[in-house]
Amino acid sequence: MTSISLNHFLFLAAIIFTIGVLGIFLNKKNVIIILMSIELILLSVNINFIAFSVFLGDISGQIFAMFILTVAAAEAAIGLAILVVFFRNLGSIEVQQINKLKG
Amino acid sequence: MIIYTLSFYLFSSVAVLSALMVISAKNPVHSVLFLILSFVNAACLFVLLGAEFLAMILIVVYVGAVAVLFLFVVMMLDVNFIKLREGFLQYLPFGALLGIVLIVELGILFLTKNFKQISLVEYSKLPEITPIENTKLLGSVLYTKYFFLFQLSGLILLVAMIGSITLTLRQRVKTKKQIISNQNYLDSQSAIVKKKIKLGDTI
Repeated sequence: MTSISLNHFLFLAAIIFTIGVLGIFLNKKNVIIILMSIELILLSVNINFIAFSVFLGDISGQIFAMFILTVAAAEAAIGLAILVVFFRNLGSIEVQQINKLKG
Repeated sequence: MIIYTLSFYLFSSVAVLSALMVISAKNPVHSVLFLILSFVNAACLFVLLGAEFLAMILIVVYVGAVAVLFLFVVMMLDVNFIKLREGFLQYLPFGALLGIVLIVELGILFLTKNFKQISLVEYSKLPEITPIENTKLLGSVLYTKYFFLFQLSGLILLVAMIGSITLTLRQRVKTKKQIISNQNYLDSQSAIVKKKIKLGDTI
């Protein structure tokens, strides 16, 4: 493991994180793509956690990566449920109209 | 060692390319499939790092549950996805600028800081060569030191389940359905009524 260092994994995670943020910016109308971008961001955080855990020799990072997985699954379920309700009420999934959900 | 390096570059490049395709694919179904590809490659990277249990969890939870949930929702919603892509190019210059700034900042951070010198929390330190496997090690820490967090994550999942069920459950008014308890409460006394009818009358 000499040639591949911690920085390689950190750069990979940074690139995936940036792609996720870009996805939120570029697909301003499509909520599904925004949710997927959030999943990408969480994946990059997981890569960071596990890389640090392995290279620093501490198992806690992997445990927290597991908790992140749990929270991400819950977030995806709730987000998609809100999306379904939103589509049922308005007939579209554009983010611009999402303020119509209030009250 | 050369195989390790090559496979790192292979998996990471495929992961990055498929992540790019997630945000730029025209069809959201393709987006979800590329998301699955990206997650599988990340799982391969986790195996390279020696975190086998999390790699398998990533495949089971993400590819098996979350991505399939996304796929269901994408296919269930009847949306004009072409219309939703309007403004993609409009935001592209600003988004690209933001992305470049973000990646350069993160790169500077990683290059200037030597993370090898930092040691974080000292407890639960791994020995260099572990005789026990990754899964056993995770379990031995998760169920002792992080037991309450583990329970809390179960609670989070329960709340998410109840929340999504209450959000999407709806009472349909117009459909005809059985009310089982009303049917069970019927007896012959209330169901059959004797009436006296005078000769020549109608009911």
